Amino acid sequence: MSALLEVNGVSVSFDGFKAINNLSFSIGEPEMRAVIGPNGAGKTTFMDIITGKTRPDEGEVLWGEENRSLLRMSEAQIAQAGVGRKFQRPTVFEDQSVRDNLMVALKKDRTPWAALTYRGSDADSARIEELATEIGLLDHLSTTAGILSHGQKQWLEIGMLLAQEPRLLLVDEPAAGMSTEEREHTTDILVNAAKTKAVVVVEHDMDFVRRLNCRVTVLHEGSVLAEGSLDHVMANQEVIDVYLGR
Amino acid sequence: MRAMKTVPYFLAVLFAVVLGVTILSQAYGTGGISVSFTKVLGMTLCLCLAALAMDLVWGYCGILSLGHFAFFGLGGYMVGMWLMTARTEAVVRANMANNVIPPTEAEISQGTALQIFSVVGAEDWPWMWAVSDSLFLSLLLVVLIPGLLALVFGWLAFRSRVTGVYLSILTQAMTLALSLYLFQNDTGLRGNNGLSGLQNIPGVSAGQSYLSIWFFWASALALALGYVGSAWVVSGKFGNVVRGIRDDEQRVRFLGYSVEGYKLFVFVLSAVICGIAGALFYPQAGIINPDEIAPIASIYLAVWVAIGGRGRLYGAVIGAALVSLLSTYFTGGRAPDVNLGIFTIQWIDWWPVLLGLGFVLITLFAPNGIAGLFDKLVRK
Repeated sequence: MSALLEVNGVSVSFDGFKAINNLSFSIGEPEMRAVIGPNGAGKTTFMDIITGKTRPDEGEVLWGEENRSLLRMSEAQIAQAGVGRKFQRPTVFEDQSVRDNLMVALKKDRTPWAALTYRGSDADSARIEELATEIGLLDHLSTTAGILSHGQKQWLEIGMLLAQEPRLLLVDEPAAGMSTEEREHTTDILVNAAKTKAVVVVEHDMDFVRRLNCRVTVLHEGSVLAEGSLDHVMANQEVIDVYLGR
Repeated sequence: MRAMKTVPYFLAVLFAVVLGVTILSQAYGTGGISVSFTKVLGMTLCLCLAALAMDLVWGYCGILSLGHFAFFGLGGYMVGMWLMTARTEAVVRANMANNVIPPTEAEISQGTALQIFSVVGAEDWPWMWAVSDSLFLSLLLVVLIPGLLALVFGWLAFRSRVTGVYLSILTQAMTLALSLYLFQNDTGLRGNNGLSGLQNIPGVSAGQSYLSIWFFWASALALALGYVGSAWVVSGKFGNVVRGIRDDEQRVRFLGYSVEGYKLFVFVLSAVICGIAGALFYPQAGIINPDEIAPIASIYLAVWVAIGGRGRLYGAVIGAALVSLLSTYFTGGRAPDVNLGIFTIQWIDWWPVLLGLGFVLITLFAPNGIAGLFDKLVRK
């Protein structure tokens, strides 16, 4: 299994504070990976670097079979290359219908001219319905996204990610604020996606991580502290110290 | 989709207005509407078109530009240069026709330049008047110059991710800088004198009663085309993306859309629409000077759209029409003073207060403007 994404020796500091410190990480395709770590461990900054929002001071981020560097690409180019990102707070287009949200996300030519002349096809409608079924929003296609529940918004955002047909999904705290049944459904969606794609889930909730049943990377103070199965890392004395306090 | 549905209603109302004004016009009807009021109505339609452009850029794309009147004014200047050149040349030609030796073309050109620029102490053609003898090229500039300014300004601003209030301030600076530049006598556009006599169309012998209604029709046609075009632009997937940018720029960017490209597209499109609106407005106004593009003008444009209702194309039109007509009424000396015994309300002074009060009330009680109230009624 060759690596889809490779992060090598990346560091970034904000006003002297080292948010990411010589961090290396790699993920194959398909693979599910959970990233855990205490607050301030650099989980969100890590995602910011991969998606082009933050430029690292040093290190390299390589992508795909040709090992293209993501560091010189804009956020939009990185997204087009196949990296999809879900934010911590659900961000969907609140005054647009679920259908429109998914339609905008569908993998298509992203230029203004293509958007102006876009005509929805039967295949696109079918794809939208398929996605809506997967995220459990088939009955809400015409609903304005703003009036969905918190959990439904999270699913819609995941659905928009899937509509992009990315090769790598970065998912930031997908289960935050969800009920138990909602969590289970979210797990199903992510596990299903990980059958064909690389999926990185950042999560605080250990029960949720356990249910994902995957390799875990523990971040602490901007670098990787431990990596392996959940039971393996939880048995690590350093990890216990970081989580339970010194 | 919503915007496209309003098109038939909008066109029907606009057609009814045009029909009504034509029937009451002096040229083709009963003469119930004076020539000057016909011009006011025609100019109002041009302002509605500018408000439409403002709604595209602010109401749909979330860019609060407070400099769009710069584009409006530039459109006016571009067509104004041709109007002034052609008319002055005709006058000079007529004067020189009695000369014993027939004048050469160079002499006529010199005489025309002297006539136009003596007011600012110059006698040669400035470089920017290079194509002012060609109607076709001047009309091309009406579209190109505002578009080009918007392209350069927008590219610089959006590329640097300038957003929100900072962008608004930059656009104010842009229109102020342009206005101050044009105020100078040696910049070639006659300084504070501006361009005048624009109401006379060269080569047209018909009187102002006819010209006024023709321009009214042209303005109505431009507004109709602008409305249909804008509705088309915002109703498809492009509209979804643009409204997405307004509500959550980051999300759109991480979906793989070049947010800057889309913003630039909308910004330039709206600047071009404003340029066309200005090119139709100033021949009806008769005069354009740098004061027209002072920062306050662009702020008024935003106020109209806010009062009318952002993100609804007909809202922008309603707002611009209502507020600018009321403004004409109250500041034109037609409104009777209100005598309160100890105090007399003179509307010329009190109109800005009334407008400000209206703006505050709308913001507080009808955040979606007049069109928002209208929507509520229709939905019930």
